[in-house]
Formats: sequence, C-alpha cells, structure tokens
Amino acid sequence: MSSGPIFTPEGKKLDMATEILMPALSPTMEEGTLAKWLVKEGDTVSSGDILAEIETDKATMEFEAVDEGIIGKILISDGSEGVKVNTPIAMLVEEGESLDAAPAAQEEAPTAGAPAAPAAAVAAAAPKSQPEVDTSPDWPEGTEVVKTTVREALRDAMAEEMRGNENVFLMGEEVAEYEGAYKISQGLLDEFGPKRVIDTPITEHGFAGIATGAAFAGLNPIVEFMTFNFAMQAIDQIINSAAKTLYMSGGQMGAPMVFRGPNGAAARVGAQHSQDYAAWYMQIPGLKVVMPYSASDAKGLLKTAIRDANPVIFLENEILYGRSFDVPKMDDFTVPFGKARIWREGTDATIVSFGIGMHYALEAADKLAEEGISAEVIDLRTLRPMDLPTVIKSVMKTNRLVTVEEGWPQGSVGSYIASEVMQQAFDYLDAPVVTCTGKDVPMPYAANLERHALITTDEVVAAVKQVTYR
Amino acid sequence: MAARKSTKKPNVSAEELTKYYRDMLLIRRFEEKAGQLYGMGLIGGFCHLYIGQEAVVVGLEAAAEDGDKRITSYRDHGHMLACGMDPNGVMAELTGREGGYSKGKGGSMHMFSKEKHFYGGHGIVAAQVPLGAGLAFADKYKENGRVTFTYFGDGAANQGQVYETFNMAAIWDLPVVFVIENNQYAMGTAQARSTSTPDIYTRGAAFGIPGEAVDGMDVLAVKEASERAVGHCRSGKGPYILEVKTYRYRGHSMSDPAKYRTREEVQKMRSERDPIEQVRDLLLTGKHASEEDLKAIDKEIKEVVNQSAEFARTSPEPALDELWTDIYA
Repeated sequence: MSSGPIFTPEGKKLDMATEILMPALSPTMEEGTLAKWLVKEGDTVSSGDILAEIETDKATMEFEAVDEGIIGKILISDGSEGVKVNTPIAMLVEEGESLDAAPAAQEEAPTAGAPAAPAAAVAAAAPKSQPEVDTSPDWPEGTEVVKTTVREALRDAMAEEMRGNENVFLMGEEVAEYEGAYKISQGLLDEFGPKRVIDTPITEHGFAGIATGAAFAGLNPIVEFMTFNFAMQAIDQIINSAAKTLYMSGGQMGAPMVFRGPNGAAARVGAQHSQDYAAWYMQIPGLKVVMPYSASDAKGLLKTAIRDANPVIFLENEILYGRSFDVPKMDDFTVPFGKARIWREGTDATIVSFGIGMHYALEAADKLAEEGISAEVIDLRTLRPMDLPTVIKSVMKTNRLVTVEEGWPQGSVGSYIASEVMQQAFDYLDAPVVTCTGKDVPMPYAANLERHALITTDEVVAAVKQVTYR
Repeated sequence: MAARKSTKKPNVSAEELTKYYRDMLLIRRFEEKAGQLYGMGLIGGFCHLYIGQEAVVVGLEAAAEDGDKRITSYRDHGHMLACGMDPNGVMAELTGREGGYSKGKGGSMHMFSKEKHFYGGHGIVAAQVPLGAGLAFADKYKENGRVTFTYFGDGAANQGQVYETFNMAAIWDLPVVFVIENNQYAMGTAQARSTSTPDIYTRGAAFGIPGEAVDGMDVLAVKEASERAVGHCRSGKGPYILEVKTYRYRGHSMSDPAKYRTREEVQKMRSERDPIEQVRDLLLTGKHASEEDLKAIDKEIKEVVNQSAEFARTSPEPALDELWTDIYA
C-alpha cells in the first residue's frame, strides 16, 4: 500500500483511499499481465465501468470497477507482467474521509490444513486381537420358516413396507399393469392402486431424476430398473443428485430411496444386457449397496433398504429370482446392513462372495469337502457398508482367502477386499489372495463362450487349491 | 422476439413496485460484491453471476405462496435471495465458511434451504429439471396444493432429460412451472447456433404443455405471466412453460472473457433494457418515490451487502471433522 497523502492530478489532496487489487479471473489464476489501463488518474468511475484489460494464461479479460470513486493513483503500469493476484494496482479515492479509514490490506485467502484421516484409514498390518464381529443369527432359533422364492420375498418386502408407510411408492417400467417385467411386483397394483404403483415411460434418466426429487421432498421412492444395464442412462441422477445432495446441502436434505432391479448376467442376452455393477456403485460415498443371494436376505435387506434414510442400490439377479430358500415367518423380519453371513464354517481357506457369486462359492465348498479341504464361506450381503471385520477374523483363522464375483477383474470388489486384507492382516496370510472374477471381455452370445466368460465353480475350486498349495 | 410485454397500466401498488426495486437491487449489488470477493481470491472455483437477469426471479417469486418450491441450476444466487434466504449465509457459502448454507461444503453451485423450500443449486446442466418435476410429484402425491418453480437455461433446453420430464409431467399433470431463463447464450454459444427453435417454449406443444414467452427485462410482465402459470398449475391442470427472454451482462462464469458478443451489444441492453432502471423510472415518473427515497434504499442495500461480505470474510472455515459428516443420514 502506498503511504502518505494522495493527490489528484490537479493537486487536490484526497484522504479516503481504497486499494484496487489485481483480481483473480479464473479458478486457477495466480498472476497475470496488466495489459492495458482503460482509465487514467483523475477519472471518475462507477460500478460496472471497465478499468483495465488483464491477460491470464487463457484469455484477455476486462476488469470492472465495483465501487464508485476517483482513480487517485495507478500503482502498476500498462504492460506489467507477472502481477500477483491481490497486489494493489491502483488507489480509488473519495473526498472527505480520512486515510486512516481506508480498509486494511485484505486478509489472505485461507489455506486449509491437511485433513485428518479417519481412524479406520490408518490400518494396522497385524491386528493383535480378533476383530469384534456380530455373529448373531438372522432370526431366533425355532422360528417357523417357509420355502419362498427370491421373487416372492422381494414382493413381500415391498408390500409390507408400503402397508406401513404411506410415503413409500414403486415406480418403473412395467411395474404396475404388467406386474413387473420379471414379475416382482405381482399384486402390488391391486393392493395399492395406481397412485403408489406407477408405470413410467421408457425414460430411465428422467424417472430416476423425478424419483430423486420426490425423495428430496420427503417421499420414499422405490425405483425399479428393468435391469441395471439401463440404469447407466440414469447414473448421473443416482450419483450426482441422489448420493451427493446430503453432503452438498450440509445435511439439510437427502434422498431416502431405493434403486433396485436385476444386475449381472442373465443368460444368452449378450454384452449390453449382462454386466455386474457391484464394483461401480460400491465406490460412491453417499450410496449404500446391497447384493443379496438368498430369499431371506432379499426380504430382510430390502425392508431395511426401504427404511434407510439414504439412497440404496439394491442389486438383484434374474437367475436367482426363481430359487427358493427358507424365510422366517415373522411379523417384521429385517436384516441389518454391514453384517456378513457365514454360510459354512471351515478351517483351510476363506471364500468371500455375494449375490450370485455365492452359488459358485457354496458349490465349490461342497466339492472341496469331498477332497478333504474345509472352506469357510462368507456372504458379504452388503458391499457398502462392507463387513470387513468378519472377513479378517476368518482370514486370521484360515490364513487363506479367495474372493468370488461375476464382475470384471480390474477394479473389482475382490481387489478391494484383497487390498484391505493385505493392509490389515498381512501377517496372517499364508498365500497371496486369489480374486476369481468374470473374464475381462464383453459378454459373448454363443452358449459355450458365455459359459467360459462367467466365473465357474471349477475355477473357484482351483483357486482354493492354489491358496492351500494342494 | 414474441415475448409478451406487461400491460400498459400496471396493476401494481407503490409498495409492490418498491419491493421489486429493492429485491432486484439486492441481487445486483450482492452479485457485484461476489465478483469483487472472487477477484480477491476469497471465492474460489466457479462463480456464475446473475447480473442482468434480476427481473426473472423477482417477477416469478411475486406469484409464489408459502410452501411453494423452487429449484435451479448453478446460476443460483439470485434465486436464493429472491426467495428470502439470508444474504449472509449465501455469501459465506461462496467463501466456503462454516456460516454458509451448506456449512461451506457446497459452494456457489450447491446451496439449499429446506426452510425456504429452495432445493438447489445444481451443477449438472438440466439435472434439476426432472428433480423439480419430482418435487412437484411429491406435492401432488401429498395433495397439498403447492407448485414448484423449475428454472433452467436456454442451454439446458437441449438436454434430453428435459423432454423426458416434459412427457412425464404432462401425463401425470404435475404442478410444475418450467421457467426457461433464456439469456441467449449457452456459455459462449448463441441460441441460434445451438437451438432449432427460436422460441423454446413452443417445444412444449409437442407434449401438450401450454406456454408463452415473456419479456424478462420487465419485472411486471414476468409477474403477470407468473400469475397465469401458477394459477394454471395450482388449479390441477398440470405443467406450464414460461420462456423468459433475458440477458446476462457478465460472462458465463468469472473466467469467461465473453468474446462471443460485442461490448456494444451488452451496453445496449444495459442502457436501454435494464430491469432495475425500468422500475426506477416507474417509481419516479409515477411519483411513488423520490430520488431521496431511492437513495435511502440504495444505501440500505449496500449495507446489507457489505455486512454479508464481512460475515463471509470473518465466519470461520468449517472444522476439519466436517469433512466426514453429512455423507449418510
């Protein structure tokens, strides 16, 4: 800042002075060239007048006056290069006030300190004690169970939650009059009527956005995608709108809703209809991601998802829809998120999977048992939150780990698990983790090629033999 | 431009006129101050100013009732001030401080107020259009008689999701006013170079949605049109489109040198069509206010804006543990 009294070209002393600072004219500008003054000392300027042209690394920009006053003194002359942002370039003066009242130099733009890492991110390579895990059963012993298909379980979950909460509604292509392209919503239109069971046009991007807006306003939409392949049309609304708004609004509003539908390969439908999105959605903070295998999990987890105050991605599987499992006969059966299920206890190796991958994992464990290899099989059930403590506790016992999924290898769910286990339980591993995935190819149509592209039980068996050196 | 002008003798009281003047001036001065704070490095990233477009939101809000909702794009400061959000909280969000509407975690493009039914502040061009229809869907579901103002620009009008939304809004009779703020440039691309129809509202006809164009530099014309649109929606007839022909004086964002138009074009708009000057003339020629009255308002607004800048400068940065909050409810 220049000191001492300031005089206009006519020699008149002026007392009040405001610094005009070199402006930042882009998000990344640190310095620039003061190309040309368009005013001279003594000129009267008012807000909006163009004072100067300033060159940034990208463009020449016009610099406008914000305050009214007289250009008292130009401090940086035409053509000066490398003028740092916030350097005073001129003084704007006004009559009748004292120089002491001039504003002090602007405070520096704040610099943020390094953010504190969350405690969980600082991993211990070798936990001293076994992690605490919840091993309680999903339902009380002695509860009557009923053989139920995954399809019926999903329908029952929605119907129960819709009965209990007026704000829950189902929207999607063919969900109402057709009763679901995969017959998941059978009977729902009859029971709840067209206000709450809504057929949409074929317009995923649009209806995902409308449902998200309805969730902002306090409703609890269930959005059915005919398959998750079509949700790629809507993924901007899912991630940018549904997942991030709670954070961006400082906690004021979010999207309590469920996006559900079949995910992964069905059979013989080719590359565009056969993709597993588990790893995609699992990466997004703000989303919860569920991928059930059994009917009881489909029911209990979908009920939990509908009640959750956050957007939940609920990944089903067409091949599993018709499979039957025991489902407890209870008034209100739910399964919590973030709690894996140990389907089979074992001592020689741990197999971790989820969704239809469990089919291969369990089949492999049967075959391995015949050969005297005891595999522990864990179903993650939810991928975000993910129950890593249960996996690590198991690895501390078996010292060997195989992951199984249908998705592609690069950036797979298994590679995340392998990385976490390496960081948190390295000393307990007696063999490198093997990640069994689908092949790194778009899904082919030919029956033999498709079989080869998917993960197979034999591959899981071979992987377990590899980590157990058999 | 077939934009409708306001009726010759405005059916508007001195109080209303003064309010529009005050509200528009607040936005103008606030935005000028935001530009200044940006230049000082106190505001970072993208900052899209609303200068020139003030009559749009002020005219639209004139027909809003308590509980009506609004949602817009990233050029959102004017909408927030017009619906009564606190200038301090808006400015402090621009500077990324604890006192901002999103605790400093949203920034210029992502601000919200549940209290004022302002649903953002969205950074993805046109994403707010289905979201706005979704807000209206919720109102219809709850049968509460509310209307949602869904604002988007002439640029957004070429996104597919707008037409997906028009279709659903029409088949479900959603109470939503689609406000196309046509400021004639989608960033640097003039409308004629990007848009097949000169009057964008006519696209609604394909979906059976009525609409009209209105002179967006004339706050009274906007107010009249807003009343028609809101009346239509509130009576259960479904959506309505208002294409408000407006003009932004500043660049698309702070870092836009605006070489795609001439300085004369901007100057002509400013000197002949300025929305604030128009109301100022009405107030003075109608003897609703004296020069002194208006000077007093100017001074008062300047103080409010200076105070917001002071608040935004002195409000602390968010605590570091804020990094980890509000990810899940």
